[in-house]
Amino acid sequence: MTAYLVALKAIVLREAWRFLNQRSRFLSALVRPMVWLVVFAAGFRAALGLSIIPPYQTYITYEVYIVPGLCGMIQLFNAMQSSLSLVYDREMGSMRLLLTSPLPRGWLLFCKLLAGTAVSILQVYVFLALAAVFGIKMPATGYVYVFPALIVSGLMLGALGLLISSTIRQLENFAGVMNFVIFPMFFLSSALYPLWKMQESSKLLRDICAVNPFTHAVELIRFALYGQFNGFSLLWVTVAFIVCLLGALWGYDPARTMLRRKLG
Amino acid sequence: MNVFSVQNVSYSYGSKKALDDVTIELEAGRFCALLGPNGAGKSTLFNLLTHLFVTRQGSIRIAGYDLAREPRKALARLGVVFQQPTLDLDMSVAWNLSYFAALQGLSGAHVKKRIEAVLDRLDMRERAKEKVRALNGGHRRRMEIARALIHEPEVLLLDEPTVGLDAASRTAITAYAHDLADSGLLIFWATHLVDEIRPADDVVVLHKGQVLAHDRASVLAGGGSLVDAFTALTRDTAREGERKVAI
Repeated sequence: MTAYLVALKAIVLREAWRFLNQRSRFLSALVRPMVWLVVFAAGFRAALGLSIIPPYQTYITYEVYIVPGLCGMIQLFNAMQSSLSLVYDREMGSMRLLLTSPLPRGWLLFCKLLAGTAVSILQVYVFLALAAVFGIKMPATGYVYVFPALIVSGLMLGALGLLISSTIRQLENFAGVMNFVIFPMFFLSSALYPLWKMQESSKLLRDICAVNPFTHAVELIRFALYGQFNGFSLLWVTVAFIVCLLGALWGYDPARTMLRRKLG
Repeated sequence: MNVFSVQNVSYSYGSKKALDDVTIELEAGRFCALLGPNGAGKSTLFNLLTHLFVTRQGSIRIAGYDLAREPRKALARLGVVFQQPTLDLDMSVAWNLSYFAALQGLSGAHVKKRIEAVLDRLDMRERAKEKVRALNGGHRRRMEIARALIHEPEVLLLDEPTVGLDAASRTAITAYAHDLADSGLLIFWATHLVDEIRPADDVVVLHKGQVLAHDRASVLAGGGSLVDAFTALTRDTAREGERKVAI
């Protein structure tokens, strides 16, 4: 095995093992979307009428609509959690181990990203299984097609988390991430309501939702769950991924002052 | 050839100069203490040596490789024990070591043997399967050293490795580092504790970002105690600084 793959395997196994061992984290990662699905969606279904929009070919209940958005939410929270642990790792010494390895720094950060994505996909599949138990099922092939979509969306959100972790100086500042990243990204997207519904109340909000990369991550997942391919969303998510990754690599570059301030 | 070479390195945080024209040359098989009070620039120098920071002023070579031009080759020959703990408390001792080896791109039977060897050397082999959380402070520090030796480096940097340890653990770790130097490794040991240094060790005195002295500990002590010599050196520069300000 090449040195690159050795490092990749070790980092992914470690992240997966850590996640499975933190039972409370595993539980909360599942309880959160289930509460949205079972409680919020049940209350909301009466208030929200949905018309037939792609990829759906028939009328759907609100619970069915919200599932892809909740898959995205799981990945969003997981990415922010990984980002938080990176900031923690930096305050401790384990980040230094990664940064002083002879392997290229970009590769090791990418391994971290892949590891976080793998953990988030694991959570999404457990959630989809639970949703099926509650009677909210997708077409059988959708469970297969969604896999590559989840990789792309997970990488994009993970890269965003990596970028955020490179800009945060202290662990204490992380509360701000909840307010200024997670909530706006989630609520200003098509996760909870379709864009045309948003347009009815505000065109500006609709436009913001339309450029939000999280909207496109959710739509990519939504289309894939129904065996369809949303090329525009894939393009949008890919561009966001590249921008975030380049920003994160810049932030972790030893020649930059950002890292210097945080380690010094 | 010197296995460790720092040539005319300077570094600033904005307008504040942390290192000023630092030059240190060291041979293999030596124990060199980097002695300096808090704020002398030791941590900045360590961050430069480990490539966490980079500077355009001066050059650093590890085992003959220029850190700026060939960072991967230079880092592969460098072992580092940071002040901060780097081990995952909930993973076993052996897993922590093989994880670190993997970060160096190493795996397989050779790594397994290497882990056994470093644990043997530190009398820790029977604890390989225990979680790091179960180890006391002294053993965790030993583990940090074991981790830094997995990839068989030529230079071992230790950044105040005995901070927070009891007297017995301090003595044991200091003695172990001296043994490593005797076996051919270069040990570069940052400290502000003079009693960790033996008369035959090299000492670099760093103060306010400048190298004030570099010699054998016994020569620096000049027949007296190293503490007195160190205090006199750092006090003299402080006075000189005051005089300059007064002028």
